[in-house]
Formats: sequence, C-alpha cells, structure tokens
Amino acid sequence: MSTQHSRTAARAMISPAVMLLLAWMLIPLCMTLYYSFRRYRLLTPERQGWVGFGNYENFLTNPAFFHALTNTLLLVGGVLIITVVFGVLLAILLDQPIWGQGIVRILVIAPFFVMPTVSALVWKNMFMNPVNGLFAYGAKALGLQPYDFLSQAPLASIIGIVSWQWLPFATLILLTAIQSLDSEQMEAAEMDGAGPFSRFFFITLPHLARAITVVVLIQTIFLLSIFAEILVTTNGGPGTASTNLTYLVYAESLLNYDVGEGSAGGVVAIILANIVAIFLMRMIGKNLDA
Amino acid sequence: MNTTMRALMGATALCAVGTVALADGHAKTVTIATVNNGDMVRMQGLTEDFTAKNPDINLEWVTLEENVLRQRVTTDIATKGGQYDVMTIGTYEVPIWGKQGWLTSLNDLPDSYDVDDLLPAIRGGLTVDGELYAAPFYGESSMVMYRTDLMEAAGMEMPEAPTWEFIAEAARAMTDKDNEIYGVCLRGKAGWGENMAFLTAMSNSFGARWFDEDWNPQFDSPEWAATVNFYVDLMNDAGPPGASGNGFNENLALFQTGKCGMWIDATVAASFVTNPNDSTVADKVGFALAPDNGLGKRGNWLWAWSLAIPAGTDSPEAAKKFVEWATSKEYLELVASKEGWANVPPGTRTSLYENPEYASVPFAKMTLDSINAADPTNPTVDPVPYVGIQFVAIPEFQGIATATGQQFSAALAGTTSVEDALANAQALTLDEMKDAGYIQ
Amino acid sequence: MARAITTRRKIIVTAAAWTVGLLIFFPILWTILTSFKTEAEAIADPPSLFFFDWTFENYGVVQERSNYFLHFWNSVVISVGSTLLGLAIAIPAAWSMAFVPAKQTKNILMWMLSTKMLPPVGVLIPIYLIFRDTGLLDTRSGLVIVLTLINLPIIVWMLYTYFKEIPGEILEAARMDGANLRSEILYVLTPMAVPGIASTLLLNIILAWNEAFWTLNLTAAKAAPLTAFIASYSSPEGLFYAKLSAASTMAIAPILIMGWFSQKQLVRGLTFGAVK
Repeated sequence: MSTQHSRTAARAMISPAVMLLLAWMLIPLCMTLYYSFRRYRLLTPERQGWVGFGNYENFLTNPAFFHALTNTLLLVGGVLIITVVFGVLLAILLDQPIWGQGIVRILVIAPFFVMPTVSALVWKNMFMNPVNGLFAYGAKALGLQPYDFLSQAPLASIIGIVSWQWLPFATLILLTAIQSLDSEQMEAAEMDGAGPFSRFFFITLPHLARAITVVVLIQTIFLLSIFAEILVTTNGGPGTASTNLTYLVYAESLLNYDVGEGSAGGVVAIILANIVAIFLMRMIGKNLDA
Repeated sequence: MNTTMRALMGATALCAVGTVALADGHAKTVTIATVNNGDMVRMQGLTEDFTAKNPDINLEWVTLEENVLRQRVTTDIATKGGQYDVMTIGTYEVPIWGKQGWLTSLNDLPDSYDVDDLLPAIRGGLTVDGELYAAPFYGESSMVMYRTDLMEAAGMEMPEAPTWEFIAEAARAMTDKDNEIYGVCLRGKAGWGENMAFLTAMSNSFGARWFDEDWNPQFDSPEWAATVNFYVDLMNDAGPPGASGNGFNENLALFQTGKCGMWIDATVAASFVTNPNDSTVADKVGFALAPDNGLGKRGNWLWAWSLAIPAGTDSPEAAKKFVEWATSKEYLELVASKEGWANVPPGTRTSLYENPEYASVPFAKMTLDSINAADPTNPTVDPVPYVGIQFVAIPEFQGIATATGQQFSAALAGTTSVEDALANAQALTLDEMKDAGYIQ
Repeated sequence: MARAITTRRKIIVTAAAWTVGLLIFFPILWTILTSFKTEAEAIADPPSLFFFDWTFENYGVVQERSNYFLHFWNSVVISVGSTLLGLAIAIPAAWSMAFVPAKQTKNILMWMLSTKMLPPVGVLIPIYLIFRDTGLLDTRSGLVIVLTLINLPIIVWMLYTYFKEIPGEILEAARMDGANLRSEILYVLTPMAVPGIASTLLLNIILAWNEAFWTLNLTAAKAAPLTAFIASYSSPEGLFYAKLSAASTMAIAPILIMGWFSQKQLVRGLTFGAVK
C-alpha cells in the first residue's frame, strides 16, 4: 500500500520523536556511564579519578542491593496483583445496571488524579499514623492496640498506598473492556446452564486478557520507578525494608552524594529495566498484536 | 510534505519560544532557600520590614522540608548551579563548605552588626581559619523537657542535671499505655540529622566515640553497645508506638498533644511546647539539662541554623544585606514587638540573654546553660580526631550516618537485633572510611 | 417475576457499588473535610466527620505563607506546555508508524516505552549539570522540555494505538481522489483522530501535573509548580494536619475538577485504544 514517497515522509516524521528520545537517552546515559567509572563525590570534588569497575562492585556487593531488588519485584508484583484482581471485580460490579453509575465512577477514578506526594502524605499522617491516624482511632474504638503500619509492615503499607492510586486506572480499562463483551454470548452461555463462575472463567476472563495486558504493561512502566511514596512515608526503612532500586540509587547519589556509585546503580537499574522490557515485549507481542 | 514539516517545526519552535518568553527575571532578586521550621516561616512573614528598608531588593523564598532542602542546596552548591543567593545551612555544612571555598566570607559585616555579640560556641562553629562563613539565625542545644504534672503523679522530682538512670526510671514510672501516656519520646526516624544526631550525642555521655585517633570506627566498642541497648530497651518499655518513624516534628506533635512524659530534644522546641496556641500542655512543662552518666560529658548537642551566601552569587551585596537584617539585634526586637519575647529566635546573641525582658522567659536560662555546656571541639570522653558533637565534620559523615541510622532505626523497630545493627554499622562505616582514604 | 428479581438485584448491586466507591473516595473526602477543621479538631479523638466548626482559617494561613497562584500557574504552563509540545512531536511519528509500518516499528515503539523505565534519580546529576550550563535551571521552559521527553513515549504509543484503528482504506480513497499528504492529514486523518488526541492530551496533562521528581529538583523559586508547594508543608513543626489538608486540597483540586469534567474523554484515553 505504501509508496516510496510516503515511506520517506514517514521516516521524516518519525525522526523528531526518535531523535529527541535518542538525545534524552544517550546524552545522560553517556554521562552516567562516564561517571559510573569515576570517583566523583559531590562534597569532595577534588578527589576525582578513574576507578574501573569499583563503583559497580560497591553497588552490587552492598547488602542493600539484594533487598532492593526483591523489594522492587514485590512492590511491582504486589500492586499488579491487587489492582488486576480488584480491578476485575470492581469492573464487573460497575458493569451492572445501578443507580448513579456516573457518580460512582467519578468516586472510583478520583485517586488517579491525586499527586503521589499528596497521597503518600495523607495516608502516612492521617490514616496510618499509630497515634493520631484514623486507623489507630478505629483500632482503639474496637478496643485493639493500634497497629504501626509503616514500621511493622512498611512494604505492605506502601503496596497498599500505591494500589489505591492505580486501582482506578485498572478498573477503568477493564470496565471498558467488559462493556464491549458480547451480551448475546453471555446469554447463550446462561441458557446452556453455565453458572456465573464458569461464565466468568470461560467467557469474561479470556475476553479481558488483552485489557489486562495493557494494565500490566503501563503500570509496570510506572511502578518500576516508584519513588515519591517511599521517600515521603518510610525513607526506605526501617533498615532497608522498603528500599526499592530507585530509592537505593537515590540514597547513593543524593544522600551519600556519591555520584560515581549512584551512576553505577543507575546503569544497573537501566539494564534490569531493559530485561523487564524485553520480557514485556514478548508478552505484548503475543497478546497485543491486533 | 516540506510545508507540513515546516509547519510542524514552526509549531514546535513556537511552543518553546512561548514558554521561554514566559520565564523572566528581575535584576535585584535574592532567592533564599530555607527550612519550614516555625522561626523561618515567621521570618518569611516579616519580609515586608526588609523590603520597606530596601525597596530595590526583591526577596523570593524557597521553603522546604529539612531533608529536601539539604539535598537541594548541597546539589546546587557542589555543582555551582547558582539557583540560590542565600542558603540556610547548619553547623555541619559550614566548616566543610567553607574549607572548599564554596561560601562568601562574612568578615566584612558592618560594626553595627556587632559580631562579637554572637555566642562564642556558635560563632566558633561557623568560623573556618578566622573567616566567618555564615551568620547564625538561631542556635540550639538539646535538653530534657518534661511534664511537671506527670512527674509529680509518678512521685518523683526532676533534678536540674539528671542522670540516664533517673530518666529511665522516671520514664517507666510515667508510662501508662492504656491512656496513651508514654514516658519518653526520643528520635527514631533514620537520618544523620534525626536519630543519629540524638544517638551520637547520647553516646558521648556513655563514653563512646565514632572514631579513634586513627579514624578506625568504634561501633564494636562496649560503650556503643551500652548506648544502643539502653536506648532500645528504654523505648520499648516507655516509648510511643511507631517510634522508629518519629523525628523532631513527630515528637513535637506528640508532646504538644500530651502524649509524652519526657522528651529529650532541641532547646528550640521549648517555645513551641510552652505556647498555649499550639500546645495542650503549655503550662505543665519543666526543663532540665540533658542527662549524663557521670563520665564528664552530657548528651546534649550544639547546632545553629545559619544563613550563608554561596560564592559566585549574582548579587552578593543584596544577599549580604538580607543576611545582616535577618540575624541582627533589630530583627530580634522586631519579632519581640510582634510576637513576644518567647518567640524570638534563640541561642545566637549574648545580648539577648542579658536582656532582663528575655530572662523572664521560662526556658531562657536552661537554653543558655545547655549551649554553654556543649563543646564541639572536645566532644567525647576519649580523644577523637574530629570536631562536632552530634556529627563528625567530614564530608563522608552524612552518607555513613544515614546508613547507620537505618540500622539503628531497624533495631528500634525490632526488625534486627542490636548486635546485628552494630555489626552492620561497623562494617559499612569501615568500608566507607577505607573507600574515602582515611584508613589505608 | 423476572422484573422483581432484577429490581432487588439492582438495589443490592447499587448499594455494593456505592459502598466501594465511597470507600475508595474516602481518603480524599477526609482530606477535604480536615482542611476545614482547626488543628485541634483535626486530631480530636473521636474524630468527627461533618459536625465540627467549619473554618477557612487554614486556607488563609497557607495562602499567606506561599504564593499559591504562582505555583498554580507554573503547574498549568508546565503541564499544558509539555503536553502540546509532546503532541506536536508525537503526532507525525505515530502517524507514520501506524500507516507506514516498517519492520522495526514495533521495536522502536517498545524501545521508546522502555526509556520510561529508567530511574530518574540515576541521571539527575548529569541533567542538573546540563541545565546549569544551558541556563535552564528554575525555568518553565526547562521543565517543559524535560516533561515532554518523559511523557513522549506514552504519547506516541497512545496515538499509535488510535491511529491504527483508523482504516487505511479511507486514506487510500482520499489519495485516489487526489489528496496530497497535507490535505490527507488535515481533512481526513485529523477529524477521525481528534477524540484520540483529546484523551491523550488529558491523560498527559494529569501525568505532567503530578510529576514530582524533576519538577522538584530542577526548580527553585520562579518555576516551582504545586509539587514544590506541597513539599513545604510535608512535615512542619507542631500540629499540621489541617494545614497539610488545606494545601493538599489546593494542590489536587484543579486537576481533580478537570478530570471529573472531562472523564468521558479521559476514559477513552485511559483505555489506550487497545481495548475493543
């Protein structure tokens, strides 16, 4: 269908975006690579020099690195599972005929508009605070000892906060997908005596596969670099219990002011992100090819 | 296609130009980076007094939470970004940055500023090789603040100079967890300026030190083990829930709402806990010196939030005028006339403590005594190669203490044992010190 | 009989949906309510939901302490500016990817998306140095550029999925009728793509509005948006729940209202055109 003319035009049109992204990727990436092989501490700039793979060695042998890696996976995985499972349930619920559907939808999507810093501050202080938080009041009203969420279960608490932020996103995509489900097919299945569960597993869920893929892809992109929520609520602690890879790189480069090791950490994170990207690409390739 | 491309390029360029045109600049603008502490917020509210006297200078404020501020100004000054004309920094940064030549000397302040009036301990901490590199906005030490009513109910009496043993006993006696009364609130939030400031100062009174004379880390010493065990045990028995997330601000809120029996923290908090507008316990607060263990050192620190001017600022004269105004005697009087003497930024000038009106403020004497009891040049029982009481004035300290702070915060939360926390702290400090070339 | 069951069922489902909706919305509602309380009431035990003395005092204090409108305007300029600039770059790219697919198109697309997975902290110092040398620190133009680049992959991808749904035959037909590339874009493609572009625009304004790392680290006073405004209330001394709530409400209200009013378009945007 395409002529030589339109091919050239296409290349010309694609190029600004690609060039800009290339520049955005390559210039900082090259600088990061450069610094990752150098000793560069912000506070003692006079002691610069080449250190070979020293920064990488320090970063990878840091006991916090392994923690950060597991925490990153737990955080991404946990939020994905919660948002997809509850998103599907919520989408099915909202798909039913109800009164005030528009208003309920407004209520459900609201968290998506809240800045991550604001939602972290609100959850940390007004809900999870063990003395003055709302959950503590609830526990006391029931005669229970208030639970100290952010120091006893820091990672789970953060997963909860982040899930709250992303649940609307998952719900909306899944809701749109469900609405496009062929109702005749459902009715036919019902006629054939299929119960609600088998209808869900054999009709609804397969129909949603593509939408779920989109949710997983987009959310993974954002969840890999979760940072503000951790900074505001736990500062990665106690210990390194809620430090993810992004936060660890932050700690190296802006708390330790060790630009060299921070850069090495950045390069490591980029490599890991690309592994995830390749993995996702495989998945998308199967599921998204329309 | 050419026209299309051109049109698109044009649109892109137009957007860029449009936004560039929106960003404009003033000739004599002084950008001030400061902490969102009460005294600084008050200063910001009094800006008009300065601009009335200096109509040609326009002030712009960047008010941030302490950790964010520190990260921003450090990045900016180390890369010579030049975003700020005045920076609010502490006694930890001044000696290091001054030595690097990153700050403008303030030795040429006019006579009317009366630099000799500054408290000697504070002034000494802001001077490097005879050059004053920052002007103190407020100075603080730490002391014990306690609830007189709860102390009485516990049947005990606070001495003017308590020991750690007494504090522990009183804290356990005051605690009544069912009614949300916790005997003692101490910092537990990880950070070199949070739990490590407290623990480092506390360890001094236990005879511990960060480094020996050859810069070998000392976390494996029995003194450090005694310090951290004492702290964790005390907090578990008599501290509030969630203590591992509490810093200065969180503890202040707890104390103000009547949930702490005692609180050992910055002297500057005294004016907040005795202010009836903010505090439910304003009339029931007593003060005492920070505790000791009879080894000759008390667990109190010395800190001064100070205003410094980065070298290479665009408008050094205007910045200097502002620094002079904000740290002058006249500024103290201005605050006193508007908000009362109790709200004057404390701990910087001798004349303030000689002022009979200020002497009637309940915490004035204890604040001055605490500041005078602190000696940053000789902080520990055993000799050390560094200066600084609750910090070690070397560039590597922030990073090391943040990481060790995480360890002790985890020990407080109970996710690691005290022994493991100390061993980890020792290992990571040793690594960093080797890496930085202090130990061969 | 069937009708009776449906009605009863509708009542139950409605009740369930409203309960869930209110639960999800509750944190925001609570923040807004707290912003109208005094500091003492904000931490009162037991807390009261509606029955307290409503006060606007917190909003006054917040406005007195910081120039809300400057930050608000910066947020508007940065989020709208970066979105428009992003669209200007992305529309041609997505167009050609959708209608003149090459072998590497999909790889380029995935590569673009993978650039979004880089942790921004890793490149802060290099970017800071570049901004310093180009004089872009604390300027709105600098932030427009950074946010454009950050959100560009998402914009390209969203537009690509929309454009792909436009049947190629229509373009063929237009070309047969003698339309050149320019009129093809202007008269055929654009009208069909407007809904997709609108939802992309909305979603990206939201993403740019809420971006908190670069906007906080590359600005000081002049270009600081609402994310920096919030940072000055995050942990002040003493009781602060009511003031924090007021500042939070002020920071999220504009985007919340915009989002609610445009939710129909936005929902299309959120589905990324990939759900049929």
